[in-house]
Amino acid sequence: MTADTHAALVALVRDEGRRVMATLVRTTGSWELAEDAVQDAALRALETWSRDGIPAEPRAWLTLTARRRALDVLRREAARTGKQQEAVTLMDQRGTAEDLPGSVVRDDLLRLIFTCCHPALSPQTQVALALRTLAGLSTAETARALLVPEQVMAKRLTRAKQKIRDAAIPYRVPPDAELPARLRGVGATVYLMFNEGWAPGAGDTVVRPDLLDEAVRLARLLHELMPDEPTATGLLALLLLLDARRASRAGPDGSPLLLREQDRALWDRALVDEGMALLGDGLRRTPERPDPYVVQAAIAACHVLAPHPQATDWRAICSWYDVLLTVQDVPAVRLARAVALAERDGPAAGLAALEHVRGLERTAALHAARAELLLQCGHGPAAVAAYDRALALPASGPQAKHLQGRRAAAQAASQ
Amino acid sequence: MTLYAAIIYSTDVDWSAREQAGEMAEYAAFSTTAAAVLRGGAALYPTATATTVRVTGGKGGEVLSTDGPYAETKEVLTGFFLLECADLDAALALAAQIPAAWNGAVEVRPVIPMGQPS
Repeated sequence: MTADTHAALVALVRDEGRRVMATLVRTTGSWELAEDAVQDAALRALETWSRDGIPAEPRAWLTLTARRRALDVLRREAARTGKQQEAVTLMDQRGTAEDLPGSVVRDDLLRLIFTCCHPALSPQTQVALALRTLAGLSTAETARALLVPEQVMAKRLTRAKQKIRDAAIPYRVPPDAELPARLRGVGATVYLMFNEGWAPGAGDTVVRPDLLDEAVRLARLLHELMPDEPTATGLLALLLLLDARRASRAGPDGSPLLLREQDRALWDRALVDEGMALLGDGLRRTPERPDPYVVQAAIAACHVLAPHPQATDWRAICSWYDVLLTVQDVPAVRLARAVALAERDGPAAGLAALEHVRGLERTAALHAARAELLLQCGHGPAAVAAYDRALALPASGPQAKHLQGRRAAAQAASQ
Repeated sequence: MTLYAAIIYSTDVDWSAREQAGEMAEYAAFSTTAAAVLRGGAALYPTATATTVRVTGGKGGEVLSTDGPYAETKEVLTGFFLLECADLDAALALAAQIPAAWNGAVEVRPVIPMGQPS
């Protein structure tokens, strides 16, 4: 087996395993048991499939193996407590192999998102649990994505799973009336999952296609579930308009490219069209109060509609950021607005706006943006210093390489 | 089904006082609403009646009793209900109808099943 086919096999097992996990949580009623059983089944799949080939129905294979494993564990536990019959009936009642059609898996995944985003869990925990379970990130990766020490993350995840079990947080999509109230957490989770795929906080790739695919798929599910909710429409529009640019984000050598350096011929026109149609719908549905995702989708649209970088309508982008600030005044939006302002009014105006951005001192993005504008203003040494600060903060491999390249350019310019 | 304790925190009140009749009626209404899942509960006398006991030095140590409740806060434990519900959502929906939830807070926690015949 070549390294490539092995990597494909690992990806398949991980991808299918995530879906099987959603089903197992429902059929066993226990998060921990489901996780253990699916992990065990995934290990067996890797062993067996690399030897005998991939079965015709990988998901069915994994589900069945994970179910057997869960049943074994339940029987063993039950034997100790004398509740054998109870345990076995529980599993039998909760469905068998007919759980496999795509629609059931789809519903299970939705249930799992809503369980992760239950308001009885704190917002940080909701996102952590969703990244860990739905996006298949490891505990270490989840910890990095949310800037928390790994041990803290591990404890937080364990507590969350215990709370779900002990407090009997329901594993279901809430009734229609409760959906809008839950949408905020679910939307934020899907958005963060996409973000982590779009600009990974660590690792060796410019984008993580598995996360992007999963986030887009979940956004589609949400929109299907709540077609009249501007948040669901706007989120899907935003993700599609960004994802349309996926193929152009990295150069042939795997290094990240700035928007203005990207080959626009690589953009996925079908996704752009779909995203634009959704954006129109989202804008029509939010006349009084703008929805943050709809506004961000409008900004993404300004970028994909420009045939070349010089044609970008920075005035429109700046006004959309001003609109966004009225509903979402957070440091990340202020940073993005400062960068847009620099394009519209020049680097000095951008630098002045950056002075008012607070709370991002520990992110590479802020220092990198400052460095870039300092360089454009001709302050080479200050730019080098700002790149040094950016480089001292966590970043993915390609991102760090890019920053080093820019630092060298700044160094050369200041001599 | 899970047993939930809906623990009521509100301003300290004397439920035995006559002027509480109006709010008592609200609680009676809640008890009717929740009758099917209500497994118990009690209102407590005000914190002025509380005595806190602590044993220093562990088991068998010296018994220290203090006048008053454990902590002095605006909202104190004034009572609780035991609700048997299918899941947390059901328990939270009921807890939101407890009068104290309107001007105080109601904490919902699952009860550990102990000593029940299996």
